[in-house]
Amino acid sequence: MSDNVKNEKVQYEVLSGVVGQESKIRKVFRKVPPLIMLCMAWLLFMFIVAIFWESFAPMDYEAQDLGNRLSVPAIFGGSDTTHFLGTDSLGRDFLSRLIRSIRTSLLIAFCGTLITAVLGTTLGFIAAHFRGWVDEAIMMLVDFQYSLPFMILALLVIAFFGNNVVFFVFLLGIEGWNKYARMSRGMALSAQNNGYAVAIRQLGASPFRLYTKHILPNVSNILIVELTLNFPQKILAETSLSFLGLGVQPPDTSLGSLLSFGRAYMMTNWWLAVIPGLTIFLTTLSMCLLGDWVRDTIDPTIRK
Amino acid sequence: MSDTADTREKLVEAKGLYKHYALKSDKLFAKKRYLKAVDGVSFDIYKGEFFGVVGESGCGKSTTAKLVLDMEHPTKGSVLFKGKEVGKLKPKEWRAIRLDMQMIFQDTLGALDPYMCVGKQIQEPLEIHNIGDPKKRKQMVLDILDAVSLKPIFYDRYPHELSGGQRQRIVLARALIVKPQLLVCDEPISALDVSIQAQVVNLFKRIHKELNLTFMFISHDLRIVKHVCNRIIVMYLGRVVEEAESDELFANTLHPYSQALISAVPSLTPDSQAKRIMLHGDPPNPIDLPKGCRFASRCPKCTPRCLEAEPELVDMGNNHKVACFLVTDK
Amino acid sequence: MHLKYFLMKTLRALLTSLLLVVFVFFVLGITWDPAQSMLPDDATEEDMVEFRAMWGLDKPLIEQFWVYCKNFVHGDFGQSYKDGRDVFEIISQRLPKTVWLMGMSIIFSIIFGLPLGIYAALHRNSFGDRFVMGAAVFGFSMPNFFLGIMFILLFSMKLHWLPSAGSDTWLHLLMPMITIGLSRMGSYARYTRSAMLNVLSKQYCITAKAKGASRKRMVYLHALPNAAIPIVTVIGTSIGHMVGGGVVIENVFAWPGIGRLLVTSVAVRDLPVVQAIVIILGLSMVLANLLVDFTYGLLDPRIRVTAGDK
Repeated sequence: MSDNVKNEKVQYEVLSGVVGQESKIRKVFRKVPPLIMLCMAWLLFMFIVAIFWESFAPMDYEAQDLGNRLSVPAIFGGSDTTHFLGTDSLGRDFLSRLIRSIRTSLLIAFCGTLITAVLGTTLGFIAAHFRGWVDEAIMMLVDFQYSLPFMILALLVIAFFGNNVVFFVFLLGIEGWNKYARMSRGMALSAQNNGYAVAIRQLGASPFRLYTKHILPNVSNILIVELTLNFPQKILAETSLSFLGLGVQPPDTSLGSLLSFGRAYMMTNWWLAVIPGLTIFLTTLSMCLLGDWVRDTIDPTIRK
Repeated sequence: MSDTADTREKLVEAKGLYKHYALKSDKLFAKKRYLKAVDGVSFDIYKGEFFGVVGESGCGKSTTAKLVLDMEHPTKGSVLFKGKEVGKLKPKEWRAIRLDMQMIFQDTLGALDPYMCVGKQIQEPLEIHNIGDPKKRKQMVLDILDAVSLKPIFYDRYPHELSGGQRQRIVLARALIVKPQLLVCDEPISALDVSIQAQVVNLFKRIHKELNLTFMFISHDLRIVKHVCNRIIVMYLGRVVEEAESDELFANTLHPYSQALISAVPSLTPDSQAKRIMLHGDPPNPIDLPKGCRFASRCPKCTPRCLEAEPELVDMGNNHKVACFLVTDK
Repeated sequence: MHLKYFLMKTLRALLTSLLLVVFVFFVLGITWDPAQSMLPDDATEEDMVEFRAMWGLDKPLIEQFWVYCKNFVHGDFGQSYKDGRDVFEIISQRLPKTVWLMGMSIIFSIIFGLPLGIYAALHRNSFGDRFVMGAAVFGFSMPNFFLGIMFILLFSMKLHWLPSAGSDTWLHLLMPMITIGLSRMGSYARYTRSAMLNVLSKQYCITAKAKGASRKRMVYLHALPNAAIPIVTVIGTSIGHMVGGGVVIENVFAWPGIGRLLVTSVAVRDLPVVQAIVIILGLSMVLANLLVDFTYGLLDPRIRVTAGDK
């Protein structure tokens, strides 16, 4: 009986999408499935490693020891006890390189995701606000981006301009901006016709205030979902390019380039390729599952 | 025109307003077609007046209100507010004039941001126009909440937690906090429960009296309009068909459309049930208007002349204007 | 005929193509001087002037663009800076390999993805449904290069069943095709499932059920044709992802297609080749999107109504 009432209330609140912030967060945490808990735990662990990488790394990730190359660590039946995961082809401590790579990959993906979100959302809002030819031009760019796969665009740009880390982050920021732009444009267009937007404009508010203070909070649910789904794409894009040797450049290292170097020693030191690969996979998988779950929890009406 | 009207100060002057919306067509080279939402409307609103606009849904009432507030730009014609044309103001003046004219909406849930507590929303006009400091602003909000008979605890509530009547008060408070001169209400109570309507209407009346505000009150409900308004215009398909003081309009209805509207509300015509005039058919499509009087197709007294020419609004004395050949040709 | 819809889409596609060519050409024209990178380091100023005159590089950029477009239409993409071979020739050797791999991958992922999605939708919340959906998430969060390497490790190095590099036989095709196909398959299955569920909950399907139509009849006659519209769109738009992923996979399996050519050319900055590949890929993407839009227009009669307000 009382359960029924509670269910109805929850349903109403979910449907209207206007629950007070605290109660929502509490409710969400109460019904987290174990698998999602595991995903969160993994992601949390990854982010802690990424932030405090210097304290985690047992050695200097760049220090070479040519006398002790490709050593087999004790856990894989070898004799090397000083290097927990052995060493690579230049005798560098693999665990330290792995930790450094996690940091690089996550940092780049994180920054890239933020850039994409800000860029895409802003352009979408601008298109929706000005309409007319501005809208046409931005939507034209969106179409353009759809017709040119990001991977190809990235290769073209790298071929012309070469590469460095900052440039690379901004390049990744382009990946997927068109999705945000399309979405935020659509949402802003429908929000503009909402009574509150009309009312606030009528009060003499500037468009900037309207978009940042009212429309953005109102569409934040959808944007957060898109953010969690975009992040794994960023990791995949960065590691793919680094795997091809065109992303993060030595002496720095990312999970993609680590995997690429490990490839050559798969017969003898298989973990040099498998461990970075698994790290990428588990991180993207966790983020995808988390994103799906967040989407279904926050707003059951968004289906893509 | 009588002398009394001229001595009063005009707050709003609407001069020959037209608003035509271009329709989108899926044919490549089709002739453009227009929806004539407002098609030649003129009226004045005097200071301190409770001005009513009546008509069926789709007759252009809301569009007229938007034109007055410059939320839409007229296709033709102009709106003067305190003698200045609102469509031609510089951005700074335009922002300033927002303080003087405020609007209240029918859909109160839609008019409030669902993600912001109502206190902050009432405070927003003050922030937009940089009035007072944060501490003073909050005090002003609490004062205005009191003025619309709401307790201070409502400050932290979210719109979905309030009832329709409470939300309407919040919207009213947001409009009143900047001390406007003109308050445009677009069907402010038709979404409310009947039991609450009376409360809110009386609140409007009280505020009108206490703050010496000018109201432009749009409604399809003649009983409420009769209860609150001093002067009324009746609109039909984008045109004013009759304009008169409230008492005059109900005592001496001239236009057949107004007669039909009034006769449809039993409580306004207590003397006889038999007089009820039934209108047949639907209003013509506002995209392809027929020649002649636009009410002709439904008018019970239609004459051949009505099908040929469109009647103009003519003053019949006593500030009573009407657009109907049957009345003006006598 | 909803001519306006098709005309608008074609016009947009043409504009996008133009934008693509202009973008690729001007990025090159502004950032890069062929005289400096092609001539030996000890070349004199006179050599450079002569070189520029020979290739028409001293003319205004707009005129160069015009010449470039004219050559382009005639199939002349210039010469590789690496070995001086004709770019058109290099690409035309590689292109069939890529088209072959991509085509087979698409067919592979559709053949397996759609039925799995339909199965999942019809057995909603069953074990099978959950397994398929779980596998789908698995599929598209797996980095395809890692999957490819794992395949090589297992099937080539440990089991010695399949060759790890090259493109000579059907056996060579198997691993790259499955690697590309698996992730696509997952997302096709997901989209098919949600499109089917969406359609099945619509009134006409419920009506058909109420009329006593058999389950088979309902699925194939009512649900599938309607679910086809979003599915076609998704397949069309995913081709871009596939091409992007294909570039990486061609490198993992040393598949001699244009993806591999692109990466090696980027690495040595062989710009005419990069430029030509990007334009070819971009134009094929525009064409693919246009075809999807047309299919969409033909499949969905409602387009006529909504064509005006995009």
